Amino acid sequence: MRFAEPIADATAPLARRNPTAKVVAAMLLTLCLAVSLDPVTPAVAIAVELAVLPLFGLHYRALLRRLWPLLLTSALASASYLFFGQKTGETVAAFGPLTVTTGTLDSALSLFLRLVAVALPSIAVFASTDPTDLADSLVQNARAKPRFVIGALAAFRLLPLLANDWEMLRLARRARGVDAGRNPLANVRLFASTLFALLVIAVRRGTRLATAMDARGFDSGRPRSAARTQRFGPADATLIAASGMVGAVAIATSVYAGTFAPLLS
Amino acid sequence: MRGVDLRIERGEHVLLLGPSGAGKSTLLAALGGLHAEDSGEQEGTIAVDGAPPRHRAATAMLFQDPEAQIVMARTGDDVAFGLENIGVPAAEIWPRVVAAMRAVGFPYGREHRTDALSGGEQQRLALAGAIAAGPDLLLLDEPTANLDPASAAVVRESVGRALAESDATLVLVEHRVADWLPLIDRVVVLTAGGGVIADGPPVVVFGTRGEELAAAGVWVPGLPGGSTRSLADVIVPRPPASHPAGDLLLAGEGLGFTHPGASRPALSTVDIEVRANRALAVTGPSGSGKSTLALLLGGLLAPTQGSVRATRRLAGASDAEKPPHRWRAPKLATRIGSVFQNPEHQFLTGRVRHELALGPTGAGRTDADVMSTVDGLLSKLHLDHLADANPYTLSGGEQRRLSVATALAAAPTVLVLDEPTFGQDRRTWTELLLLLGRLRDEGCAVVTVTHDTDLVNALADATVVLDAGRALDTAVRT
Repeated sequence: MRFAEPIADATAPLARRNPTAKVVAAMLLTLCLAVSLDPVTPAVAIAVELAVLPLFGLHYRALLRRLWPLLLTSALASASYLFFGQKTGETVAAFGPLTVTTGTLDSALSLFLRLVAVALPSIAVFASTDPTDLADSLVQNARAKPRFVIGALAAFRLLPLLANDWEMLRLARRARGVDAGRNPLANVRLFASTLFALLVIAVRRGTRLATAMDARGFDSGRPRSAARTQRFGPADATLIAASGMVGAVAIATSVYAGTFAPLLS
Repeated sequence: MRGVDLRIERGEHVLLLGPSGAGKSTLLAALGGLHAEDSGEQEGTIAVDGAPPRHRAATAMLFQDPEAQIVMARTGDDVAFGLENIGVPAAEIWPRVVAAMRAVGFPYGREHRTDALSGGEQQRLALAGAIAAGPDLLLLDEPTANLDPASAAVVRESVGRALAESDATLVLVEHRVADWLPLIDRVVVLTAGGGVIADGPPVVVFGTRGEELAAAGVWVPGLPGGSTRSLADVIVPRPPASHPAGDLLLAGEGLGFTHPGASRPALSTVDIEVRANRALAVTGPSGSGKSTLALLLGGLLAPTQGSVRATRRLAGASDAEKPPHRWRAPKLATRIGSVFQNPEHQFLTGRVRHELALGPTGAGRTDADVMSTVDGLLSKLHLDHLADANPYTLSGGEQRRLSVATALAAAPTVLVLDEPTFGQDRRTWTELLLLLGRLRDEGCAVVTVTHDTDLVNALADATVVLDAGRALDTAVRT
């Protein structure tokens, strides 16, 4: 099993950008989207995001295949606003005590668009970035501490092993004569105890890996060198600037359209 | 570990021996400077090259578990990791990575994915990472205990090549001594709490104190150039001659299993019979489907091809129509016991005693009955002194004995074990062998998945050899 394999074509023009630059660009855009609560700001952002996805080496169809559960949950979360949001404006439809007004329609749509607009940049970044490159870049370009970044990278590699541990723990419980049958409460208890065992195993695996890393001189206080160089060039700075521009244009459009609704007012 | 006085000269190749729990790994970790100042109680002093060993760049270590040593996603990056840590300039890193990978005979390039490697390949990669920095002290903690014999031989050869190219000092902890002897020029034997009890060249130590060491749990090899008989014949009495084959208990017909999403079956069209009074060994290289077969016979996985059938003798009247994987767990545990490769997957409670009581209590036996079963198993497997310990705190050998004991506590008629002798000292190995032999003679069926040819020779009445998910050969001993 491979975890979070980059699914993008790594040679695409924006996929090749510096990983830290990609992360900062995504964060910047997300920040702009948090400024306003209206639907126009995220709608403009989504339009631009969808337009540049191919430059990150991503194909719409492959992306949709992976992301439909996320879209569905965003839609469901937003739908709750339809019925339970603040009932302002005219009533559009009524189902007994549940009424949908133009106000709730507006806030549900805004929420859905914002979730999608925030998710897309992060997905573009992580789908087009190798975890090792990201870690290297965070250490070399963002001066992050190797102790945390490389440590997290190594821990990340253990995740597929945990999937196998989970399966073995489940089977071993059955072998020991423990099952829950059809009793839902017993099922929850068994799940919780298996989860706890997984936690214990995960800690032990992590400790062994940490010892092995320690034995190889990791975090020994000596200055670390870098086997792989990550460069931060003008194109990377441009990506960050462009992302800020997209955010600014989205907000400006919303102000011009008269829909701007500041988060803090 | 306490009271150890030891002086190792530069360039010596030392084998550290001793029974389970003698503190061999503890000593090795201390030499590697891995004990933080605040962990555990310390007495005395330790110095490597005249200084405390913490953070010494010229010490390299290799551990038992290959999976817990790989840090990076690509092979070359993993070897480079140690060089980065000690600040080797970038321009020098890659030539040294390539040289280290060549020195251990690593079969792939530096862009290969580490999660696609077998255990033996991972261990060779870890060795390349260890020697890349050009260490003058190499500490190896049971580097082949988790590997099949073929992979273990390749790793040993890699260590030999690495040692031949340098004048590094070697300190090795390993239970299976015979295979490593060509690389060793000094043997040091520790006892639990008693310090060093023997020290000298292998021929002298094994020649003069062989019997005594064997009794203490050390694997004593037939001396170099002497007997060519297998280890088991030399030191372990064979269990009593086999009984006639008993009733059929379990039968797998056209058995196969494909993991969800996998392109190739893990196991395919295997026919197998499990009979009372018989010990069946399942052997084959890593990845041949042995463990999958054990899970299918253990009633833990549902076959995706063929079927597992239990006879009325095993299943009773009520469940004879149902395949074992559909039995309720408490019933399953009293009929087919499974011992997993990793004992830690099997522990459910916080105490050894509770661990043993779980199975029989679940089967609805009386308290007095459960108590006597638990006490009997504790003494039979020499776990009495650990009755109130937490299973996770036991040593590897003790955990293995406990996991076998937990399966036995439910008194199953069929016992399925996956690599029960991995990394065991001689005493545990012998006890397990005798215990399994006794169970077989008392009317149980014992199915052992194993790489251990000594165990197969000493115990198995029949052997199934698997390769790439298919049964190559079934041999019945006459």
